[in-house]
Amino acid sequence: MSAAATANQCAERFAGEPPAAPVLEIEDLSITYRSRDGDVNAVRHVDLALRPGEVVGLAGESGSGKSTLALGAVRLLRPPAVITSGRVTYRGRRIGEGGFDVLAASADELRRLRWREISIVFQSAMNALNPVLRIRDQLGDVIDTHMPLRREAKRARLESLLDLVGIPRERLRSYPHELSGGMRQRVMIAMALAVEPEVVIMDEPTTALDVVVQREILEQIAELREELGFAMLFITHDLSLLLELADRIMILYAGQLAELGSALAIRNATAHPYTAGLLDSFPSVRGPRRALSGIPGSPPDMRELPRGCPFTPRCGFARAGCAEVTMKPLTVGEGHVSTCPFVGADELALARAARREGAAR
Amino acid sequence: MSDLEPLAATLGPLVLESRELSKTYRIAHGVQLEAASDVSFGLYQRAIVALVGESGSGKSTVAKLLAGQEPASGGSIHLDGEQIEPARRRRFRSHKSDVQMVFQDPFSSLNPVHRVSYHLERPVRLHRGARTRAEVTAQSAALLEEVRLSPPEHFLAKFPHELSGGQRQRVAIARALAVKPRVLLADEPVSMLDVSIRLGVLDLIADLRSRFDLAVLYITHDIASARYFADETLVMYAGRIVERGPSEALTQEPAHPYTQLLLGAAPDPDRLGARSGNGHARAAVGRAGSSLAGVTGCRFAARCPFADERCRTQSPPLVPISRRRAAACWRLDVAAPALAGALGEERGEAIKT
Repeated sequence: MSAAATANQCAERFAGEPPAAPVLEIEDLSITYRSRDGDVNAVRHVDLALRPGEVVGLAGESGSGKSTLALGAVRLLRPPAVITSGRVTYRGRRIGEGGFDVLAASADELRRLRWREISIVFQSAMNALNPVLRIRDQLGDVIDTHMPLRREAKRARLESLLDLVGIPRERLRSYPHELSGGMRQRVMIAMALAVEPEVVIMDEPTTALDVVVQREILEQIAELREELGFAMLFITHDLSLLLELADRIMILYAGQLAELGSALAIRNATAHPYTAGLLDSFPSVRGPRRALSGIPGSPPDMRELPRGCPFTPRCGFARAGCAEVTMKPLTVGEGHVSTCPFVGADELALARAARREGAAR
Repeated sequence: MSDLEPLAATLGPLVLESRELSKTYRIAHGVQLEAASDVSFGLYQRAIVALVGESGSGKSTVAKLLAGQEPASGGSIHLDGEQIEPARRRRFRSHKSDVQMVFQDPFSSLNPVHRVSYHLERPVRLHRGARTRAEVTAQSAALLEEVRLSPPEHFLAKFPHELSGGQRQRVAIARALAVKPRVLLADEPVSMLDVSIRLGVLDLIADLRSRFDLAVLYITHDIASARYFADETLVMYAGRIVERGPSEALTQEPAHPYTQLLLGAAPDPDRLGARSGNGHARAAVGRAGSSLAGVTGCRFAARCPFADERCRTQSPPLVPISRRRAAACWRLDVAAPALAGALGEERGEAIKT
């Protein structure tokens, strides 16, 4: 499909949608891991709003704080992680006008929030199933705890859940080891959707799976989202997946925002050198061979971050002023922000085009 | 019929050859798993050959057989034309140093209680003739420079847990280089690394193969990286090679329905926002192929949208479809009409001559 046609399709998708109030709003969230060797500021002053029914992708390298951010937003972090600043507000349909202050909630209130309102699928979810319990009992537990049903209704619900994720109903009686990795991951997705939450957080749900299975599961997730209308925060280090799946994409680097924008803007009007590096990191199977540059160096040591912009040591556009950058989000387009004050989308596009020319020679 | 002339063969002399290599595991009483059957290909100096497939397709089994870690159930391995027999100890030991492996998980392939220097010391002493402390350090440092870990003194003193995944993988590559191998078998060397780091490690391997005249086998489930990185690509399904050819041609115009499925499943940034499924991936959903012995017919038949009666009863042989490409499919005329047309002409010629 041509880029122009895709752009039109995207525009149609967004046209006419009123800007709804976010169902999950993260404001100025900071999370620190305390250790004897010094504190690690894993997430620093991050804002993120998830609108109803929207898919937001969260991308970054290992250690960029993407999982910490998501876990912090539902208060699943354990010491030594400490939330040092910020607000997280959940505004589901079943919650009153003022919303639900997640960071101030008691353990009891949190228990009601989790799963019923916000559920999570973890990266190693397929190993998270209890090996000695049948699928039926594990799924049933979730329903019993969060949305008790009578016996018949519960059985019908269990069957429809397996239908939903494309697993034969007989499999309710199976133990986890009798299922393939892909099927176990689907069971985890079914479990996350069991009591119809309004927000689903997916933390690298397909990383451990083969490409073909990954493709099937992603399509399943996209279909389920269309059908059930939940909002989704999708975490991955693979930006190529997000470009296909997400409405908006947030790029994190060293626990801080690098860039946030629509998937289209992130791809076509890339405004941060780090995002450009990520985009030039993965080979594609279709189209002409592109020049790939990757990103030099390694993810930063979070205990020894440089002053100013943490990406400076790996950045091809670094200059003297980088050490003074305050990492404030700067608007570069509609709903599109970048924390790089020096490099514009045009300059990045030119540089990338020049490199492509050089490689094509 | 004309014989296949692999692209990799044009790049350098043949080093390591797998001839009809098979491996059967007994998984239960009377049940046998053919993890690899009739796998034949060559690794050539300065050429990178990719072996692509899903988990369970047998690609790692092939690497283990080639490295001599496991005995083959059938077929043979030839190094410089000479057959390798594990029973002949001395020859086999030199085979093991000629053929080195790099593994998927750089977190478990290095010993967590030893510094980087320790991992390099033994191979440097045994294979590079370093005798004194100073020689060992100098040679180890030189190896780290080769894998672009600088300053090397800094890295020699590190423990594995102090390194990032990409750095650990570079140490693993340095260790493999230390024994002066001629063949590098890289089993999913980047699949556990961040996307942004992968390219650097792959580029490093590509660079080392030219500088050290290595023959490289790159095992991966990511066919897109094979396109960029490998000269030739072999696609494996349920223990068999189902298609092979120059990477660019194979990925841009796949012949075998399974290759088409793999390509359709790869993430496509240009398909931005097109959330509902595409035809390719939907064509053949289902479970990974069965490698159980005794299964008749094409192992992909159950998932294949083009399968007919013959596919379910007779196993298709891997036959050339052009000078550089081969595929194992009975239904190429339907699955890849453009390629099959050329094949028909070529077959006609072959009969005439």
